[in-house]
Amino acid sequence: MSALITITVLALILLYLGLFKASKALLPVALIGLVVALVLSLMEWGANAEPIFSRMMLYDHFAVAFSGITIFSTILILALSKDYFERISSNVAEYYALILFSLAGIILMVSYHNLSMLFIGIEIMSICMYILAGIKKKDFASNEAALKYFLMGAFSTGILLFGITLIYGASGSFDLEMIKQYILNDPAGVSPLLYTGITLLIIALAFKVGAAPFHFWAPDVYEGSPSLITAYMSTVVKTAGFAAFLRLIMFSFAPIQDFWVPIIITLAVLSLLIGNVTAVYQQHFKRMLAYSSISHVGYMLFSLLALNGSSDNAVFVYAAAYSVASIIAFGVLILMQKQVGNDSFDSFNGLAKKNPFLALTLTIAMLSLAGIPLTAGFIGKFMMFSRALASYHVVLVVFAVLNAIVGIFYYFRVIVAMYFKQEDRKELSVPVFFKFVLGLSALVTIVLGVYPDFIAGLI
Amino acid sequence: METITQSIQGVPLNHYILLSSIIFTIGTIGVLIRRNAIIILMSVELMLNAVNLLLAAFSVYRGDASGQVFVFFIMALAAAEVAIGLAILTMIYRNTNSTDINILNRLKW
Repeated sequence: MSALITITVLALILLYLGLFKASKALLPVALIGLVVALVLSLMEWGANAEPIFSRMMLYDHFAVAFSGITIFSTILILALSKDYFERISSNVAEYYALILFSLAGIILMVSYHNLSMLFIGIEIMSICMYILAGIKKKDFASNEAALKYFLMGAFSTGILLFGITLIYGASGSFDLEMIKQYILNDPAGVSPLLYTGITLLIIALAFKVGAAPFHFWAPDVYEGSPSLITAYMSTVVKTAGFAAFLRLIMFSFAPIQDFWVPIIITLAVLSLLIGNVTAVYQQHFKRMLAYSSISHVGYMLFSLLALNGSSDNAVFVYAAAYSVASIIAFGVLILMQKQVGNDSFDSFNGLAKKNPFLALTLTIAMLSLAGIPLTAGFIGKFMMFSRALASYHVVLVVFAVLNAIVGIFYYFRVIVAMYFKQEDRKELSVPVFFKFVLGLSALVTIVLGVYPDFIAGLI
Repeated sequence: METITQSIQGVPLNHYILLSSIIFTIGTIGVLIRRNAIIILMSVELMLNAVNLLLAAFSVYRGDASGQVFVFFIMALAAAEVAIGLAILTMIYRNTNSTDINILNRLKW
């Protein structure tokens, strides 16, 4: 819990640093603070977890693991932010503070034990993200992204609240444990209000994580937002949304699995199909990543099909692999947009000749996202498929493997452009921070791919 | 306080559920078919207020205060959300002189 307090206080400190014009100190202070928060959060590992704050939150292994991966991803993304926000406007301190406030919301989302905390966590995170999506005030795409994100977010919040209300009406409590007790007391005689409530909750959370058919806002928002914010949205925010989803379903609704499994299967199949097929037709790297993130949601939904002890583990490994690989991809994208001014696939032509290090890390990231063995992405996909097979969804797994093959096609377009297409180009200059983040992420991807035991048995 | 509770309970619970569902549906339809961003914002408020009404009704019927506390949370966060939403709208109005969301279709695949 000290992690949550640290992050909130850190955001306030950053605001004061901005007030006193200490803009040089912003990034170091933010990074040091986040490392402290990461350590503090990992220190709660293994402690006997009891619901705290009047049963509002539960900082169990699940919460520690997911706050660990979200804080770690935020550190990597903030390390990429050197000199990034300065080019947008001079209010840099506010941007850092908003990212940290949204991270505080995310910590709430992964550790709630009461539906009111879920709502507050989602809102704290979303409200910060609405602003961050629109920080390029003069840029039309950024404006549009902010408005779309805001309208869709507010709409899905309404649906979420109606779902929570109906569940409250049926079970008489917002507490996850009490809701579960209510269902277990009489599984056959559960009030129809509860079923409606679960459906609405699933729809609202599908909106938040961007699962098809509720994904239509995601590509536009991801494309229009500043690339660094897109990196944050598609890694940290997505992981948190999924953790919230999983926690809700695992804690409370596992006893009435027969009701919601068909809904999840529909969401997963549509996400895989729409995400992969549309990604093939994209000409721009950033938009391709947006669609591929929809298809990754489809894979992650598999973990819900067979709920037992290792579902959270599977999601954790997948989210870690996906976040780290996406951070590499977005890091290269930021450099590309800054120095070439274009992110179409053609602009990657011949990158391997001039920037072998960039090309190598991006190749590792693409292989990991496509799920090639010896990368972390493969382990993630493997665990997801074994979750689905554990509940005998064989047809679904075959479908997902076919989709993974489609995925390989569009991820490899980047690799082919970098290594096999020749073009005279200038060498991109890679700042030290970028070298560090890209190298570390590539290393993590490979290490997790070769020794998955590091984190696979963790939760 | 007793009389308020009694008069709320004078109406059957199903009527509250029905009324809230109707208001919520009107809000949802408003979000989906209206093209003016401010009216969409109002429709979202309608959805949230339907939720508030239903929460208060459930809370009275169960004699449990937590539902009413939740209503306060919703009000506070809805206010924060609207503040951000109107700021975003102002920003867009400055650039386009319009609050119609149809002009916001430049990002397409």
